[in-house]
Amino acid sequence: MKRLSLTLAICLAGTMSQAGEVAPKDVKFDDSGAIAESLTGVAGDAANGAMIVGSKKKGNCVACHAVTALADIPFHGEIGPMLDGAGERWSEAELRGLVANAKMTFEGTLMPAFYKVDGFIRPGDAYTGKAGTEPLPPILTAQEIEDVVAFLATLKEE
Amino acid sequence: MKYKALTAIAVALSLPMAAFADADDDTLVVNDEITMVTKAAAPAHVADVLDEVMSGWHFRSDETQALQKDDFENPAMVFVDQAIEAWETVDGSEGKSCASCHDDVETSMKGVRAVYPKWNEQAGELRTMAMQINDCRENQMGAKKWKYTGGDMAAMEALISVQSRGMPVNVAIDGPVQAIWEKGKEMYYTRTGQLELSCANCHEDSYGMMIRADHLSQGQINGFPTYRLKNAKLNTVHARFKGCVRDTRAETYKPGSDDFIALELYVASRGNGLSVEGPSVRN
Repeated sequence: MKRLSLTLAICLAGTMSQAGEVAPKDVKFDDSGAIAESLTGVAGDAANGAMIVGSKKKGNCVACHAVTALADIPFHGEIGPMLDGAGERWSEAELRGLVANAKMTFEGTLMPAFYKVDGFIRPGDAYTGKAGTEPLPPILTAQEIEDVVAFLATLKEE
Repeated sequence: MKYKALTAIAVALSLPMAAFADADDDTLVVNDEITMVTKAAAPAHVADVLDEVMSGWHFRSDETQALQKDDFENPAMVFVDQAIEAWETVDGSEGKSCASCHDDVETSMKGVRAVYPKWNEQAGELRTMAMQINDCRENQMGAKKWKYTGGDMAAMEALISVQSRGMPVNVAIDGPVQAIWEKGKEMYYTRTGQLELSCANCHEDSYGMMIRADHLSQGQINGFPTYRLKNAKLNTVHARFKGCVRDTRAETYKPGSDDFIALELYVASRGNGLSVEGPSVRN
């Protein structure tokens, strides 16, 4: 309860939370690349997750993956597998691992890691082309990862 | 290949908003007289990863493709006209224009674009066309260098490129440039930035597929300089490289740097056998 209210307070303050969250460097992937524990302890918001998946400014997952549930958003890519049925193919822990750093599940995958902050070649400052200083901010926050996972878990085949 | 085609069909069937991918089979004839080789057997040095090399023209819409078929439609030709004027214009302390030494551009520059970047024995360095142009300006004309990716440079590159349209790209990769070519190749496969993407990830592994609304090509540079509808101007190779690297959330390399010169040589060599198209029209 205490942790929840603390997280809530931080969310309200609009800053990235440190307390009560698993920092990018502390994430524990199991041998198959899954992350068993929630990164925040706060249940993911699937609706916000859908926004992140479709938003160019956030996850922009649709740049590479098609999702029938988001058919109202134009131009889905086809580089990665379709996300339809992702909630059946993968457990929540597996989805969390895939979104945070898919390379832990699929070595060499094209998919960028959304919760990784260092170890990059020529790290940049977002999309400015200028040098960035590691650790970089992760592309998505811990709670945003949880929200995306919650959305993906809702994707079932017909 | 089979798997890719299958995926494309599956996506196209299930998602009406996904445009159909893969390169088309159209033929590019410019001004009803220059038939371009836009698909060719991969040169030996990339045959281990590609069967065929393809111009980016095949990955564009019919409307965009049409703009390159006729010089009266090609928006880049305005800049070629500007460069014709610059070719004749005296600039700098030596009282010379390009024409003072090179006379008629149509004769003197024929075939040049096809073999650049090229080793310059006298200078002991690999030179891009931009470097050669600036060397002329500085050391022959006594004029100010042009910005590497600027409008004057892009226009002059376009004028020089026009004189080689239809000729096969044929850059040398051995001898004194081999080490530079190897460096360029390493860069091509290096996954940069927070997105950890290499040139190859998009342009070798994923060409023909859609990334959001963009149809990924092989990233060939035989069409440069390129008029992009997106920014309504002529774009140089290094400016385009910079944009790509930036989009991996990386610190870019500098236009005109040894890094981009090496990358240009390597990427150009992947298009050996394709026709020089510049100035082409793309998205």
